[in-house]
This record gives sequence, structure tokens and C-alpha cells, in this order.
Amino acid sequence: MHEKHLPCFRKGVIFGMEEKTIPAKQRLLKSGKTGLGNEFRGKILVTLCAIIMIAVTISITIFLGVKGLQSFIKNGISLTEFLTSTDWNPTDKANPKFGVLPFIFGSFAVTFLSALVSAPLGIGAAIFMTEIAPSWGKKVIQPVIELLVGIPSVVYGFIGLTVLVPFIRDHIGGLGFSLLAGTVVLSIMILPTITSIATDAMSSLPKNLREGSYALGATRWQTIRKVLIPAALPTLLTAVILGMARAFGEALAVQMVIGNVKVIPSSLLDAAATLTTIITLNMGHTTYGSVENNTLWSMGLILLIMSFIFIILIRYVSSRRKM
Amino acid sequence: MNSKTADRIATVVLVVIAAVIVSILVGLFAYILFNGLRYVSFDFLTSPSSNVRAGGGVRDQLFNSLYILVITMIISLPLGIGGGIFMAEYARPGKVTDIIRSCIEVLSSLPSIVIGMFGLLMFVNLTGWGYTILGGALALTVFNLPVLVRVSEDAIRTVPRELKEGSLALGITHWHTIKTVILPSAFPSILTGAILASGRVFGEAAALLFTAGLSTPRLNYLDWNPFSDRSPLNIFRPAETLAVHIWSVNTQGLIPDIEQVSNGASAVLILAVLIFNLLARWIGTLIHKKITATK
Amino acid sequence: MNTLTTTILDVKNLEFFYGEKRAVNGISMQMEKNSITALIGPSGCGKSTFLRTVNRMNDLIPGARAEGEILYEGINLLSDDINVVALRKEIGMVFQKPNPFPKSIYDNITHALKYNRIRRKAELDQIVEESLTKAALWEEVKDRLHKSALSLSGGQQQRLCIARTIAMKPTVMLLDEPSSALDPISNAKVEELILDLKNDYTIIIVTHNMSQASRISDKTAFFFSGDLIEYDVTEKIFTAPSNQKTEEYISGRFG
Repeated sequence: MHEKHLPCFRKGVIFGMEEKTIPAKQRLLKSGKTGLGNEFRGKILVTLCAIIMIAVTISITIFLGVKGLQSFIKNGISLTEFLTSTDWNPTDKANPKFGVLPFIFGSFAVTFLSALVSAPLGIGAAIFMTEIAPSWGKKVIQPVIELLVGIPSVVYGFIGLTVLVPFIRDHIGGLGFSLLAGTVVLSIMILPTITSIATDAMSSLPKNLREGSYALGATRWQTIRKVLIPAALPTLLTAVILGMARAFGEALAVQMVIGNVKVIPSSLLDAAATLTTIITLNMGHTTYGSVENNTLWSMGLILLIMSFIFIILIRYVSSRRKM
Repeated sequence: MNSKTADRIATVVLVVIAAVIVSILVGLFAYILFNGLRYVSFDFLTSPSSNVRAGGGVRDQLFNSLYILVITMIISLPLGIGGGIFMAEYARPGKVTDIIRSCIEVLSSLPSIVIGMFGLLMFVNLTGWGYTILGGALALTVFNLPVLVRVSEDAIRTVPRELKEGSLALGITHWHTIKTVILPSAFPSILTGAILASGRVFGEAAALLFTAGLSTPRLNYLDWNPFSDRSPLNIFRPAETLAVHIWSVNTQGLIPDIEQVSNGASAVLILAVLIFNLLARWIGTLIHKKITATK
Repeated sequence: MNTLTTTILDVKNLEFFYGEKRAVNGISMQMEKNSITALIGPSGCGKSTFLRTVNRMNDLIPGARAEGEILYEGINLLSDDINVVALRKEIGMVFQKPNPFPKSIYDNITHALKYNRIRRKAELDQIVEESLTKAALWEEVKDRLHKSALSLSGGQQQRLCIARTIAMKPTVMLLDEPSSALDPISNAKVEELILDLKNDYTIIIVTHNMSQASRISDKTAFFFSGDLIEYDVTEKIFTAPSNQKTEEYISGRFG
């Protein structure tokens, strides 16, 4: 055997049986210690990163919460008036009004309408990819979806502004700036979200579900309608809810096409406004600390709360599938 | 209507849906590129923008977009990878881990305008910085972090257990194993995810409206001192990005050639997104080949 | 090097639990220095669990715990005070599926050496050559040390894994079915290698292959459902086992 004298007695590490001049106790026990300092440091580092996540979430909630409540606490606006009145006139010196119902209505309206349009399209695309053309469907549609996601929202807004709005104005009616325009733009924007989750839902269904149905003599559509969709329903619902969450929070694209008026629209062709669009428009030219500014923060708080509600909704839907 | 007819109709409908979606995309891209590319000249990319006159370019905005992207990635990549390492290698099933996952879920579903408002509160007003590149980058980090953590965690979990065990069995610490065996293995997937995330960051506007601002001071591109006021590298200056510029040009409506500028800028944005996407895919295929070829 | 029969590992009443489930029930046995001990038994009998307890690899599994003692040079390896990183340098392990790092052959061996602060090229080169020679792989790879380890065949990869364990100059080597994933020719080469290694290391090998056990080991332990049924000189186990169950397993009546 050929043991050279290697400089390996440092830090209690030894090599080989021949060099066992360091007793076992020192070699092997933690009290004898080796380079465990690094291990500790590394662990601390990554734990810190994880804690930052918690810290950021908590600070967002606290800061936006406190700031959002200022209009009620500091400026004395009544919560009921805020949420239920349709009069929005914060700049009126004599009798300022702070009812945001039109905007709440607008937000919910575009969200539901775009979900109504996108859900069948998205789920249909998913079914197409997994059932109708399983061999090549994904290869064609998947990149399309990825590219659609990649288009920035301002570009959607810009195209909506230059193509959609004139089109509606000239061929359908109204000003062009309308609930309809907002709905169309949002539908396209949330389509990728719904499609990708729906595709995951459909492709993770067990194969024997299909096989069992076909073995009974069902047609493909019957299988899809009666077996597959019910089986995938919780995840499909999750897909739609996530799409809705995205729609509810979208700001710039909607703002460029919806018209931004402060009354509740009475038809699809009327202009409208959402919480996000009002914030976008007015945050820039209201003074920080003024009443009007504070109400914008309160609207932001509504958005934050809605985000939480959507998450809770999704968790509820997902947990029901486990039954 | 018997079931066979229903089946046929359903199939047609589904094919039509798929076709519609594809044509929407093709239509959008064609419109932007066709309309926009003719305005994208070298001149367009290197001239300063104008607030009131025609003929403005997007030089500063383009630079700002790229620069903010770089700063955002510098901040969020280490944090994201660190978080991913924690979730994949150190987190034990239990309440704390659940809380972290919930936080990631919350952060990733926040509307970007809400993140922008948070940024306004913290990085503009509370700190007293005003509109800054740093403020924008920090807001974008909040936006980017959940994605990077998820990407890193998935990439690390995909590394085969045997590799990790092989290193540990040689008497190497967990952390060193992560650094020298697991991370290098997971790196390609993390890279792909980071590039895709970059695409999203590059096009983001709502989070930057109130953090990086709607204006850019006059810059001297020859000044490379990051502490000087006129240097483009100064991170404590306001910076309007390409995406924000498109919005402000269309909302303020002052310049006579809104459409040209917006079209051109949109084309640039779309091209950038395309490049990011293709880069990510290309690297993904490259890695896949490398792994499967050597076996 | 003095006596031939010094006990190097003394297992006393080892029990192992995955959560509530007990996988190893009160095992006691002693392994001698420079011997090859084979652990045989049907799937799920606890032999791999036992092996992985010796070098504390089971620490990676949440909810797993061991009770009892494994004495090595007078120290209980299961105690909380053990620095498992240092332990694994002395008690190395080779896994069932060859798991070389996706690096060059050279880097596979120097990976752990560099961690231990051995940096000089001359030294590294020497250890690489030594380890690969001992693992009967040097001649085959000496001209392509900087090629990827993944370009080697399965049998070569496994010998590389053995080489990189050897590079740490361990005292004991734990082999967890090292050739079960290999073709017969590679298998034979690895077996030949193991017999060679006996001179320098104490080897414990888990194997499904009874003929392998009878070929290479000095003593054999038969495990069944977490119990150590019989532990004796190999020849005796395979020709005249004392226990009925052992006899049934050997003659292939189950497992």
C-alpha cells in the first residue's frame, strides 16, 4: 500500500486507516467539529430568502390596509356610502361625493362577461388539444398560448384603442369606448390562463376514464360531455376563477378602451369604468394625503381584498374535489 | 338529434374554437409587426422622445426598459433561487412551509396595479426617493419573485435523488452538495424560467406607472458614473419605460404622431417578447439534447 | 496491521422505524475488519434499511429514526453527537443505480477531494490514478479522463462510483446491490473488483443474487421481515443452514 503524507490532518479530517493518529472521538463527534460553519451559513441564507416572502406579503397587507382605511378613519367617509352610492364627485368643493358603486359594478361586469366569453373558448381549446387532436394539437396551440401570454397589456390596450373601439363605433354603435370593448380585450387576455389550466386538467384525467366510456359505446362528444368534463370540473372551475381574478385586476388595457365614465352603464355599448381604471387615471394627479387620493387607496384595498377572496374561492373549489 | 350528429357538430365547434384562437394570435402579431415595423428604424430607436412634437423616438424608454430589467433580475434572481432552494431542500412539512406557500400564492395573484400602489407607498413616498429606477425594480421584484421561486423549486426537485445521495455519501455537506451538484444540474431549467420571466418583466407597465414614473430626465449617455445626475446608470432617477410610454402617449394625446410612435414601440416590445420566448425554447432544447445525448 | 479478526462494527439491538412502522427489529451482529459480509433476503426485509443506517443516509428521510447502537471504534454511530459528514468519509457507500455526477471522469473523483481542501494538481492527479487503478478502471479511461462520466457504460460508471468512494480512503465500504443494474459481464468485473478490495477495506454488501453472495462473501446474514434470522460463515449458510427459513430462502422456495 502506498500512503503518501497528504496534508489532511486539518480540521480533524483524516484519510485512511494508516493515518489514524487522531482518535475516533475527535474525528467523528460534532464537538470535534469540521467545516459545518458553511452549512449553517448556507441554511441561514436561504431561510432568509423564504422569510422575505412572508415579510413582503405581510407588509403589503398591512401598508395597503392602513392606507386604504384612511378615507374612513381620517376623512370620515362612511363605508356604506362608499360602497353603495353611485355618486362619484370627489372634487366638488361644496358637496363631495364618494360613491364607488359604478366602479365596483364595472369591475364585476367586465370580469363576469369576459369569463363568459373565455371559459367556453379556453375549455374548448383544451378539449381540442387533448381529445380531438392529441398528437399535434398541443404543438400548435401551446406556442400560440405562450405567445398570447407574452403580449404586454399595454399593447392589448393600444390595439383595442386603434382597432376595436373604432370598429364598435362604426359597425355596432355607441362611442366605441364601451363595456363591450373592455370585455373583448379582457377575454383575449385571460384566454391563455384558462386554456393552460384547463389543458392540465384534461390531460391529467386517467386514461381508463375514456376507455371505459368508449367501451360502453359512447361517442367522443358523449364521453367528453358526460364523463370527462364532470371529472375535471373542479380544476376547470379553478381555471375560470383564476381567469376572473386576472380580469378583475387588469388595469391599463381596460382603461384604454372602456371610456372611464362615472355612471353605471345601462348597456354593453355604454362606456364604463372599473376600480383599476379609476386608480390608474387619477393617482397621478391627486395630491398624496388629500381626500380624493385616500379614496383611491381605499379602492386599491378593495382590489387587495378581492384577490384574497379569489384565492379562498379557489382553495374551496379544489378542496371539494378531494371528496 | 342523435348522438352521432351531436358528436360531429361538437367536433366542428371545437375545431373552430381552436382555429379562432390561432387566428387571433396571428392577427394580433401580424397587425403589430406589419404596422409597427416600418416605424422601427435606427433613428427611432436612438432618438429621444418628444412630448409634444412629432418625430420622437424611444431611445431613453428602450434603455430604461432594459436597465430596469437588469436591475430587477439582479435583485430578484438570488432571492428567488434562495427561496427555491429553501422550499426544495430545507423546508419540512409543517405550518411554516404552508405559510410560505400561501404567501407565494398571494404574491403571485396580486394585480400588478396593486403592486404598483404598494411600490408607490413604500419606495416612493415612505423612503422619500420619489420616482426612481430602484423603486420600479423593487416593485417588479415583488412581481417576479413568486415566479422565480416556483421555477427554482421545480428545477431543483427535478434533479434526481441519486445525484444528491451520491454526493452526501462521500462525506460532503448538504449545502456544498446544493452548491456544487444540485444547482448546476438545475441551472438550465432555472435559466429558461428566468428568461421567460424576463419577457414578462420587460412588458410590464402598471407596476411602474407610480414607481419609476412617467418621465425621464435628460440623459448624457457618455456619463457612466452611476452617481451622477445625468447618467443613465443612476438608479435614483425617474425612468419611463417603453410599455409605460405607449400608455402615456395614448392617454395624454399630445403628440400628433401617436399612432406611429405607439405602433413602433409596440412592435419593439413584441419583438423583444418573441426573442425572449424563442431564446428560452432554444436553450430548453439545447439542454434536452445535451442530457439525452451523453447517456 | 495486526490481528485478522478485529471487530470493526458492533451492532447492538438495532431497531429502525419509518414513523410508526418498524422496519428493523432488534438486530445484533459484528462485522470483522477486512471481511466481506453479505446481507441477503427477500425484498422489503430491511437489509437496505440496515445498510443505510450505518452511514446515516436514512437521516434524509423525514420521520425515520433508529434505536440501539452501532459501535465503531468505541463510538456509537447513531448518537446525535456524531458529525455525519465526517462519518461518511470513513464509511463510504456505492448505490444500486450508478450515479456519477454529470461532470468529467476526473472531476467525479476530485469533487470530494476539492471539498476537503486538496487542491494541488499533482496530488489530485495522483489520487485519481490510484483510485481508478484500484477500481480496475484506469486502463480503460486513462486517455479520456476529461470526457463526461455519462459517456461510460453502466458497468464502467459503477466502477467509477467505486473509484470515487475509494478516493476518500474509507475504512468500510457499504455496497447496496452494486451490480444488480448491470449486465452479467460488468457484474463479473465488479465482483472481481470487490474481492480485490477486501484487502484494504471492510465491505458489507446487500445483494439479491445468492450466487454472488456465496461467491464473494466471508460471512452471510439472512434477513427476513426486519429480523436477522441467521448470520454465519458463508459456506455454512449455503450448505447447511441452521434455520428452516434460511434453508427455504436458499433453495428458492420463496423470495
